[in-house]
Parts: sequence; structure tokens; C-alpha cells
Amino acid sequence: MEKDRIQEKDYRYKIANREALIGIGLVVFNFIWWFAFAYRLGSKDPSEYSYVFGLPSWFFYSCVLGIVVMAVLVFIVVKLFFKDVPFEDEELEDK
Amino acid sequence: MNWQATITLFGSVAIIFLIGLIASRSQKTNNSFMQEYYLGGRSLGGFVLAMTMTATYGSASSFIGGPGAAYNEGLGWVLLSVTQVATGYFTLMILGKKFAIVTRKYKAVTLVDYLKERYQSKWVVLLSAFSIIIFLFSAMAAQWIGGGRLIESLTGLSYTSSLFIFVITVLIYVTFGGFRAVTITDAIQGSIMFIGTLVLLIAVIIAGGGLPAIITDLQAENPNLITPFGAEGTLTPAYVSSYWILVGVGVVALPQVAVRAMSYKNTRSFHRALIIGTIVVGFIMLNMHLIGVFARPILPGIEVGDTVMPLIALEVLPPWLAGIVLAAPLAAIMSTVDSLLLLVSSTIVKDVYINYINPNAVRKKVQRLSMGVTAVLGVIVFLMAVNPPDLIIWLNLFAIGGLEAAFIWPIVMGLYWDRGNKYGAIASMAVGVTSYIIFQTFYPDPLGMHTVVLSILLAFIAYVGFSLGTEKKQIHV
Repeated sequence: MEKDRIQEKDYRYKIANREALIGIGLVVFNFIWWFAFAYRLGSKDPSEYSYVFGLPSWFFYSCVLGIVVMAVLVFIVVKLFFKDVPFEDEELEDK
Repeated sequence: MNWQATITLFGSVAIIFLIGLIASRSQKTNNSFMQEYYLGGRSLGGFVLAMTMTATYGSASSFIGGPGAAYNEGLGWVLLSVTQVATGYFTLMILGKKFAIVTRKYKAVTLVDYLKERYQSKWVVLLSAFSIIIFLFSAMAAQWIGGGRLIESLTGLSYTSSLFIFVITVLIYVTFGGFRAVTITDAIQGSIMFIGTLVLLIAVIIAGGGLPAIITDLQAENPNLITPFGAEGTLTPAYVSSYWILVGVGVVALPQVAVRAMSYKNTRSFHRALIIGTIVVGFIMLNMHLIGVFARPILPGIEVGDTVMPLIALEVLPPWLAGIVLAAPLAAIMSTVDSLLLLVSSTIVKDVYINYINPNAVRKKVQRLSMGVTAVLGVIVFLMAVNPPDLIIWLNLFAIGGLEAAFIWPIVMGLYWDRGNKYGAIASMAVGVTSYIIFQTFYPDPLGMHTVVLSILLAFIAYVGFSLGTEKKQIHV
């Protein structure tokens, strides 16, 4: 059957599947970080806010620092856990 | 009319396009016309891949509408918008290597190609081609209206002439350049957006008298502007969180994004794109929406949200620089339109014409047809944008959520779950789109979350349910 031919075990799939799981892990972490700082620190009355670099602290930690942290995490994860795999060059039909 | 700004605006756009065209001409390959015109010969490097993802997704909706919404809602809207940082890494990681490997095996050039090979079903192909044409066509018309308005507000020309200028540029470019030219342009546009938003943000902060002063002004006007809950306190945590699905995770399913995830050269480019993409998307989204919020104390009382970006740029920057910085949103709209146009044209030519009407078309014919269809589509969209029919505006409201509800499970489960079959895919698409349109019309934002969340959930149940329920039948066939 066509489907079996394509889904046949290819060692590259294992790598791809693992990297997709890492992606899910990262997005869950990102969400928790974002949500926790925004609504923990941001749910007070605005007059009680503390400030970091002139921005309300909930915003600074959740949005500004959150993006920096994600960028660093993605960098580390890609460098440490992502593997290079070959894409064979297939003949391309002349259409 | 602001001559200096107008000249630098069009000058920048012209230079961007020239570079794109020259670069795409200089890279002749032996690839088939299809691979080349619609996929750039699968040879994108890391930087170009990251930038083209950013420019395609983070465009008009966020570039023109976003700062306007942030202007009205305050920091709460910025909180909502940074959920898009997930698109920088999540989309590529999920589709990732598997999508690139599988689409190469299938020799798939479009998203529909992939679905066709994966599910081996004419109905999956026709349903998905239909959703792409309907939804993307309406999305495109809305973008053209946005582009026309931007040129109109900056130059003072009439809307129709502005639109005409916009359309001519886009059409010439896409018709002759194809995918590679579009992606190279995207890379330059992404860079302009990156630098442009930074320059504008700094200028706005200086004009507002520094960060603490701006925040104090905002708080004095309405304390809610500096909370996560929006100007009226209406942005609930559940609602804002549901944007993780709409503009973060769900973006995996947008055909214009998915097609880019199969076009990169090798895994090294892919790894670089992940890193660059995350930084660039995060940076642009944060800056752009902050500009909208910070513009409020400087230019109070702007009525039309869409004009916040052009007005604040003209206010805080010298006119020539404002022109260059505004080339970024204009470029963003153009690049979105470019890719949508290519996508709709590839759906018609490749997925419908070659699949079902004339499978033996020769290269010359396909080439002429592709360019012809692209040009004709452009003219139709222009006519619609001059005097937009209500239907288009209505459909555009459903475009992003509708596409996500239709495609997310057929794509993702198709890649990672071997037991998913064509019945699951068809059911999932039908349930996703219908439930999305019905809920959005009659019962928007169920449970305080964006409608897309519930539709995607229902589509998932349909996919798994129908795949498992029809499994026996499959084996006997």
C-alpha cells in the first residue's frame, strides 16, 4: 500500500519526531513563563506595580525577558539536540 | 502630500524589488519549472527562510492593524501579540525535518500535493484546494485594500490610484519573479522591518520623553492601559491565552507558512532559520506593538487604528526617514500578497489543472499557464479591492482561523500518526471549517476563548474518530 511505502522506517524520522517533541516542550514552557509573570505580577492594582527599566514589571518579565529567554533556549536546544540529516537529491521531473 | 516621504518610500520599495529580481535571475538551475517557480528549487538558506517566514506571517494584520489595536488597548495587546514568538520556532520544529523529508519523497511542491500523496483521495485534494482558494483569495483582497490605504495616507493620491500603483508593482513582480524572487524580497523586507521598527521605537521613546514618562502618561490617562487586561478590562486571561492557538501554534496549518517549511536547502539552513526566526519574530512583534502603545501620549485621539503607524512615523522622524521606515509595512503587505498570489495560482494550476484536467501538459504550457493565471488573479483581486464586495470582507474574517481549523490535523496528524486516513482528513476539514464559521457567526468566542480553539478541538475529534472508525474498511480495500 502507498501509505506503507512512505511511512516505512527511516532513521531520520526518529530524529524528526524527537525534535517535534522538543518544539512542544518549548512552547509549553514559553506559555507558562508568559502566563505566570503576566498574571501573577499584573493582577494587582496599577498603583502598586513595581518597574524594571521604566516598564511595569509584569510586562518586562513576561514579554521582554520572555522573548530573550526563548531566543536563548532555542539557540541552546538547536545547538545541543538538533542533528543534521541528509536530504537526498532526487531527480526532479521536468514539468 | 509629503514629497520627501513619498520618494523615499517608493525608492526603497523599487530597490527591494530590483534586488529580488536580479538575484532570482542570476540563479538559473535545471530544476523543473514547477519546483523553481513555486518553491525556488528547494534551496532556501537559513537567513532567507527565517525572514520569509517572518515576512509572510507577521505582516499586514500585525503591521497595520496590530499597532492600531495596541494604541487602543495598551500593554495588554502587546502581551497578546508576543504570543506570536512561538511561530518563530514552533512551526518549523513541528513541520520540521519530517515535512521536508516526506515532501521530497512525494515530490510535493504545494501543501495540496502533500495531502494528495498522503491521503490518496480526490476529495481531500478538492476540499483543500477549495478552502485555499476561497479563504486566501479573500485574505488577499483585504491585504490589497490595506496596501492601497497606506499609500493613500502617505501620498495623498486617491484610493483608486494608490491601489493601482500597488497592484501593478506586485503583479509585475510575482508574475516574472516566482517564489525565489518573492523569498529574497521577503528577506530584505524582514530586515527593513527589523531595523525600521527599532528606529521608530527609539524615536517614539525619545519623543515621549523616555520610558518612565510615557508609562506615567499612560497611567494618568487610564490605569488599565498598563495592565494586562486592556483599556476596558475586557482582555481576560482565557481570551488572551487562546491567541497562543490562533497566532502561535495554529500557524503551522497556514498553507503559505507550510509551503515554506518544505523549501529549505538542508538541515543546516533549517537550524539557522530556527534561531534567527525566533529572535526576529520576537523582536519585531514586541517593538511594533510597543510603538502603537507609546504613540498614544504623543499623538492622542487618533480615530482610525490603521493610520497609527504612518502618522506616528511622520510625527517623530524626518520625512525621508519616515518614508524608508514605512517601506517596511508596505513591503510586508506586498510580500504577503505575493505569497498568497503564488499560492492561489499554484493551487489552480498544479493542484486542479494538472491533477484533473490535463495531466500531460508540457513545460512550456505549464509555464505560460502559471504566469497567466497569476496575472489574471491579480486583476480580479484589483477589481474587488476597488469596490470590495461584502462577501469578501465577511470571508476575510474567517480566513486565518478557517484555514487553521481545516488543515491543522490533516497536516500534523498526517505526518506523525500513521493510522490517520482520508476519511479522518475529510471529516476533520469539514468539521473544522463548518464549526468555525457557525460558531463565529452565532456564538463567537465560546467559553471566553477565541472561536478557533473549540473548532480545532472538534476537528481533532473528527480526525481521530473517523480514522479509527473506518480502519477496518481500509484494510479490506
